Amino acid sequence: MAEITLIEAVTQALAYELKHDPSVVVLGEDVGVNGGVFRATAGLHARFGSERIIDTPLDETSIAGLAVGMAFQGMKPVAEAQFDGFIYPMFDHIVCHAARMRNRTRGRLHCPMVLRAPWGGGIRAPEHHSEAPEALFAHIPGLRVVIPSSPARAYGLLLAAIRDPDPVIFFEPKRIYRQYKEEVPDDGEALPLDVCFVLRDGSDLTLVTWGAHVKETLEAADALAQEGIAAEVIDVATVKPLDFDTIHESVKKTGRCVIVHEAARSGGIGAEVAAQLAEKAMFDLVAPVERVTGYDTPMPLFRLEMKYLPSVDRILAAAKRTLAYR
Amino acid sequence: MDTVASFTIGYRRILDPDGRVVDALPEFAKDPAVLVDLYQRMSFTRVFDTKAVALQRTGKLGTYASCLGHEAAHIAIGVAMKPEDVFCPMYREYGAQFVRGVKPRHVLLYWGGDERGNDFTGPKHDLPWCVPIATQCLHAAGAALAFKLRHEPRVAVSVVGDGGSSKTDFYAAINSAGAFTLPYVGVIVNNQWAISVPRSAQTGAETLAQKGLAGGLQSLQVDGNDVIAMLAVMQEAIERARRGGGGSVIEAVTYRLSDHTTADDARRYRPDEEVKAAWEREPLKRLRKYLESLGAWDEAREQAWKEQCGREVDVEVNAYLETKSQPIEAIFDFLYAEAPHDIAAQRAQALAWEGRAHG
Repeated sequence: MAEITLIEAVTQALAYELKHDPSVVVLGEDVGVNGGVFRATAGLHARFGSERIIDTPLDETSIAGLAVGMAFQGMKPVAEAQFDGFIYPMFDHIVCHAARMRNRTRGRLHCPMVLRAPWGGGIRAPEHHSEAPEALFAHIPGLRVVIPSSPARAYGLLLAAIRDPDPVIFFEPKRIYRQYKEEVPDDGEALPLDVCFVLRDGSDLTLVTWGAHVKETLEAADALAQEGIAAEVIDVATVKPLDFDTIHESVKKTGRCVIVHEAARSGGIGAEVAAQLAEKAMFDLVAPVERVTGYDTPMPLFRLEMKYLPSVDRILAAAKRTLAYR
Repeated sequence: MDTVASFTIGYRRILDPDGRVVDALPEFAKDPAVLVDLYQRMSFTRVFDTKAVALQRTGKLGTYASCLGHEAAHIAIGVAMKPEDVFCPMYREYGAQFVRGVKPRHVLLYWGGDERGNDFTGPKHDLPWCVPIATQCLHAAGAALAFKLRHEPRVAVSVVGDGGSSKTDFYAAINSAGAFTLPYVGVIVNNQWAISVPRSAQTGAETLAQKGLAGGLQSLQVDGNDVIAMLAVMQEAIERARRGGGGSVIEAVTYRLSDHTTADDARRYRPDEEVKAAWEREPLKRLRKYLESLGAWDEAREQAWKEQCGREVDVEVNAYLETKSQPIEAIFDFLYAEAPHDIAAQRAQALAWEGRAHG
């Protein structure tokens, strides 16, 4: 079996669902013949045709509104925002309609759509191409927000997102689109939404993260291991709804928690994790919770972006501060 | 300079404000029974509307958006559509919805603060009322795209106001409808006022209909107070769309005889003379005059019909007033197909609190 990258896993999942569910369509800018600016839809137009792989006019509002309208009529649109920073005009349709149609019609209509977007920084992209807006969507009742961090999880979680009868925002960490390859069987097996994945067991410290920063967080855990410190690494994966139980179980064991995310700090998902730790795990903790995040500034242009994004050293420094408590 | 494209906007009127036929009657309008039916539907809608405003004034309904003066436009939309078509209203198209089988009790439930109003009788695929202005236009375009992709002979119809035609979403909808050749009919019910802002302040365009030309859609203006012309243009646009001939924009020129909603007081911003003049052009009067000239209607029938409407509306009002509030768990039970753990936990909290509050 061939090994594939994260972006190839996205394509593989799209192709699987397009083949097995005639109600699935892909729409967005340049998703057709061009195969997407990151190649997420490469080959799909040739294979499934222009009635399944739809190039839209260049308007994000249209993509979102059309997808919502199609979903209300029983299709399963997988819409693409070409970049995270272009997603804001879509917000109205996601918040006011996709997220709440089932609720406001008491179940008469619902919105089984997926909105995919390349997400996050670190690829030396132009302005407005490197944003991490997951908390904006996670705050909205009725949505799911999913961020995979490996080829296998991208495949399994995207299948689950498309099959889910409710709207899912699916953010793809573009920095690790091609970071490494792994074997991902094209077996149509979905992974569960709404649960964290424990990537590494450890008893001394819990590191909680998602998206591309799983990479730096695992590297930090490696560095700690060389000092004899066993860090547990949790990939949140579905940031809304948050699987706090898995994080809590880990913190019961470790008593220490460092949260790592590249989005701005205030009101980020890290704040929700920390708040739930304060509410439910106060007496399991032996050290204050630490957050290693982007700063509360706009993502800088790319000369400074790696200084904005949490580094292995910043994660290690936070871990050490936490470990200093006895 | 050469001309590379040129356009005109037509205007359709068949029955003038005095009830005189000023253009060729379409076939359907040659049968007085059809016109009586249209009149009765318009009249019923007005009786309902009057009652709804009264309910709000007496504290039995929340804020309500009246449809007074829009009856011809709304009834024509409803009559021109087939049940399998999808209707994407704004929030005052009750006449169209009554034709499609929505019961008045559901209108009242919605404005009475109960989501079950959106779970109305009538076509289950119709969209509920849409408060975020003009967003429904794109949902209609999306529905039309779904119909086209599935090769279904169905049409999506949205309604937006003159103010709504200024929104991004309206332009986006007509753009997509043109780009994909969608079975989409976008009706602009131009009632001259977007709350307090007049039509003249919305755009420099001579007509709102011409906005559709930019999307490549067939576009025209119609006297929105003339139910005969309105129904004729709606039928033509809908059937053209159904045949795969592409979308249309129809600007129905009418007048909002009421306040924007019951929370508004239009006397603050528009002159009484303008409203008085608009009453001379309103839709019911002209059709009644015409029907009377045909001998198809008279004062006795008017009184009998209004009494019947009153009784039917009373049944609906009572059904609304007797509908008990939903239990608190209703706010959780329809959010997702299956409640995630956090919603399930908050539902349990809310129920526990209710238990304490009542215990």
